[in-house]
Amino acid sequence: MNKNLFGAAALVLATLLFNPAWAQEAPTADRTATGGAQTLEDIMRRQEQLKLDESFRSENLGNPANAAPITDQLGTRGGISDADAWRSIRYNKIDPTVQSPGPANGVMIQDEGIAWYKLREGPVITYGGSALLGIIVLLVIFYFVRGRIMIDGGPAGTTIERFKPVERFGHWLLAGSFIALGITGLITLMGRSFLIPVLGPDAFATLAAGSKWLHNNIAWAFMLGLVMTFVMWVAHNIPNKLDWQWLKAGGGIFTKSHPSAKKFNAGQKIVFWTVMVLGVSVSLSGLSLLFPFQMPMFADTFGVINSVLGTSLPTDLAPHQEMQYANIWHSIVAFVMMVAIIAHIYIGSVGMEGAFDAMGNGQVDLEWARQHHDLWVADVEAKQDKGGSS
Amino acid sequence: MKVMISAFVAALVIASLSPIVLNQFGWSSAEMTSSESVRLD
Repeated sequence: MNKNLFGAAALVLATLLFNPAWAQEAPTADRTATGGAQTLEDIMRRQEQLKLDESFRSENLGNPANAAPITDQLGTRGGISDADAWRSIRYNKIDPTVQSPGPANGVMIQDEGIAWYKLREGPVITYGGSALLGIIVLLVIFYFVRGRIMIDGGPAGTTIERFKPVERFGHWLLAGSFIALGITGLITLMGRSFLIPVLGPDAFATLAAGSKWLHNNIAWAFMLGLVMTFVMWVAHNIPNKLDWQWLKAGGGIFTKSHPSAKKFNAGQKIVFWTVMVLGVSVSLSGLSLLFPFQMPMFADTFGVINSVLGTSLPTDLAPHQEMQYANIWHSIVAFVMMVAIIAHIYIGSVGMEGAFDAMGNGQVDLEWARQHHDLWVADVEAKQDKGGSS
Repeated sequence: MKVMISAFVAALVIASLSPIVLNQFGWSSAEMTSSESVRLD
């Protein structure tokens, strides 16, 4: 439940941040006193971080049709003043020729970077960090309220193979790389605020460089693990009516009952699809960041969202804006995944007796298996009987 | 536990090899800022 709430909160936060249609509308301003140039009110609204309709500047780019004769003032500029030219540069309305080639080198001024930086250093760290601390506190409370989920009547003493070695390899490849990505990602995101004051800039520079290397390169192991686990487990994670029964019983967590389940119960299916959907999303935004300006995807994504939902998300994005959206989205999705995975780690280790063995050595206690995955055990035993009798 | 440790080692091996493999395809991030692609002529 907590995972769903955090996921919904992150989506709402992201939508609010990225959807200017929902933001406060800017009032129309009277600029006759300045001849159409910005007024003191414009400057004050900008300083107070209020919404400001910039069209009076972004669309005031000169008019070559009204160019003065070449012998007059502005004649040599073709009706475009220096101020007009700089406004064009600032709002990315010209296609300049630059000496240094590259996909984004033609962007000479990009002031959306300030908004990105403030978002990254402010709400992303605050809400993301709070979500991580929040889920840890909730799990500690849950542990003391509910206690460890034990095997009713104790273990049977005999075991059944829960996961094959290749399944466990795929799981731990995904899990190990995810933990490394999470830690190095947090160092990259939060180190400036929290580690430099403790370690000092020199030690942090070494740590940050190492974190960046590991984060960028171990991401491939994560993506391989994601593909492996998807291929191996997707057939077992198709939702069915049984999942609804399991969810209605709350998984038996508080009623101390054992609703029927096959190889994966509804809770595990939620974790599976959370990891798959968010894992693909975080991988795509990560690839976009890994190959700067080579894989822009937010303008196209916003275009699709606009056509489906009728929103007015921006679709004309500068290359740097694409990177900024990718960076913020990467962080938000990663935080939601970390919250989900912390809960998953809890229930797969200290939260439930016998659960870790499934991924530890692949052999689980038969009684544990009967209590949590009764239909799967029956299926395995039926296959064994069939194999033995044939 | 052997499988778990071998998967962790595999993750590190993949991390170590990925820059070399990417470089073979011309995707080195170091090359993107090298003098070859930044000409001031």
